[in-house]
Amino acid sequence: MTDLLEVTDLHTQFFTRDGVVRAVDGVTFQVAAGETLGIVGESGCGKSVTALSLMRLIPQPPGKIVKGSIMFDGQDILKMDDDDVRGIRGNNIAMIFQDPMTSLNPVLTISRQISEALELHLKMDKSEARKRTIELLELVNIPSAKKRVDDYPHQFSGGMRQRVMIAMALSCNPKLILADEPTTALDVTIQAQILDLLKNLAREFRTAFILITHDLGVVAGMTQRINVMYAGRIVEKADTVELFANPKMPYTWGLLRSIPRLDESRKAKLVPIEGLPPDLIAPPPGCKFEPRCQYRRDVCKEKEPELKHIPNSKPDHEARCWGTQEGGWLVDTDWRHEIGDTHVLEVIKQETASVTATETAGE
Amino acid sequence: MATASTTQERAAELNVITRKQRSLWGDALYRLMRNKAAVVGLIVIAGAFLIAIFAPALAPYSPIEIPKNPASQMEPLWTGSKYTDPRYILGTDFLGRDIISRLIFASRISMVVGFVPTFIVFGLGVTVGMTAGFFGGWLDQLLMRFTDIIYAFPDFLFLLIIVASFRASPFGKLLDGLMLIFVAIAIVGWVGVARLTRGQVLSLKEREFVEAARSVGATPARIMFKHLFPNALAPLIVTAAFAVPSAILNEATLSFLGVGIIPPTPSWGQMINEGFPLFAANPWAVLLPAICISVVMLAFTFVGDGLRDALDPRMKT
Repeated sequence: MTDLLEVTDLHTQFFTRDGVVRAVDGVTFQVAAGETLGIVGESGCGKSVTALSLMRLIPQPPGKIVKGSIMFDGQDILKMDDDDVRGIRGNNIAMIFQDPMTSLNPVLTISRQISEALELHLKMDKSEARKRTIELLELVNIPSAKKRVDDYPHQFSGGMRQRVMIAMALSCNPKLILADEPTTALDVTIQAQILDLLKNLAREFRTAFILITHDLGVVAGMTQRINVMYAGRIVEKADTVELFANPKMPYTWGLLRSIPRLDESRKAKLVPIEGLPPDLIAPPPGCKFEPRCQYRRDVCKEKEPELKHIPNSKPDHEARCWGTQEGGWLVDTDWRHEIGDTHVLEVIKQETASVTATETAGE
Repeated sequence: MATASTTQERAAELNVITRKQRSLWGDALYRLMRNKAAVVGLIVIAGAFLIAIFAPALAPYSPIEIPKNPASQMEPLWTGSKYTDPRYILGTDFLGRDIISRLIFASRISMVVGFVPTFIVFGLGVTVGMTAGFFGGWLDQLLMRFTDIIYAFPDFLFLLIIVASFRASPFGKLLDGLMLIFVAIAIVGWVGVARLTRGQVLSLKEREFVEAARSVGATPARIMFKHLFPNALAPLIVTAAFAVPSAILNEATLSFLGVGIIPPTPSWGQMINEGFPLFAANPWAVLLPAICISVVMLAFTFVGDGLRDALDPRMKT
């Protein structure tokens, strides 16, 4: 299977008054046709910026893609002129946004908004576009689609609006859909419905998906492979089954420990990741996760590790961690029986407290 | 399974049928029509329009020609004084011209002067404001500094200077001086609209639906006119509703000062000007056009208020 999308060494930076924010810092990944990839991480770790970079939607200024290449279907998106990029947006790569309440234009009818891409890319006339719009609404299970096409967004509920967004994304049969936290703004019951819908549509149309979320529960059932991102970098990548069965990077452990599980005893506590994500203007020189890591050693502070294959694991399982490299101290650790060094944890808590205190004092 | 889906569909149908469908604009129109003052205003404006359109049919005499045996300075019939003439219901002016005919023809000037400059003002203001707000950067700086310079002049003084300077030129004589007034009001007025539009666009362009439009491949022009403009329309309509009476008042004031419409074409402001020296002898020659101006102004203000409340219920004061 050849890769549909090949992102190599992508650097996206924001030039602000306080300095250069390295929002995406050397990200490399591939997506094959029809494949579903999950990108997971905390808020502010560069997930959304990665997605926006893929479509060249970074607001410029202050943002800029400074380095790297994005090969889509054999063409480098970063080298295209604006007209060609517009030809790809919506047509070959479509996007589903996080908040359906604000992503639809309040003064245009649903039909006009879905028709937009159809008219732009497929050069449909008004009546054709309308017919197709109704089909699309039926496809995403909106009841009485015929009657509701001329409604305005405020007449739709949140879940329905997200369905409309999905219909918009599907309208031109794109090869790749970027879903940026598609269920974050919805309540849990609707979340399940929307995820189900996305899964079925991905299978039906053989569309490649990139699913961006901070919720590991969402990606678990949806994706074939997962990239975990932290501070603008990919810190662990593996196929979904492997990542959940055998996670290796302490940051991934932290993410896994902070979601509640049904199969655990009721007394088990959720363990948050202590500390704050690093300042992306002046990140720590070594491993970016080192200040919050319970398993840290001296080497972590000095030099940043590369993304490398983890010994004794599946071939495509890689992590950016000194502990998981050949001969590292975490290679054979099973995270379930490991609670980390409690002494280091105390130190991290104190450090965080002092940082917060100085920030408050400074204000 | 089959029954479940039919039940679902039926529920959806019921839901759709029972709910009354109304668009955003339909909603606003409904609220406007419930506002009594606004409805009265609309009726008055419609009446003024009809009078302006059918002026030649309605006016009993020519508004311009001076009669052969002028009976000048006749008072309206209801005053009962000896200076009345049954042929002239509202009396005559200092040249013996029928006042009611002049009032009727003058409504044409007021209606035209209310709407034409407003269209120019909005065409220019919206274009400049949208361009500046949407593209930002040096273009924004350039356009907005220019706007600020014009904005810095006192409105009416600026208007007066423009009109007074160009009145003697060939351009100033076009359409009895009306063209110059159009252009002058437009030059003074567009800056406010440009600033308002820019402000709207600045906040709207950060909204997510603009990003969503970009993500389907819409061009900047399409985003500006299809997505941003309709969203900025409500406050612009309200501004327009207040721009019309202010243009009418500006024309009346200019004509009253003698730099507006070129005589003998009648305009309400000019009629006040002409009647003023003989105010003591026949106050009605001044009062009648003044009442006309007031009524039309009030009507537009009512409609403007009504539109503001109708288009943005949250803004209600």
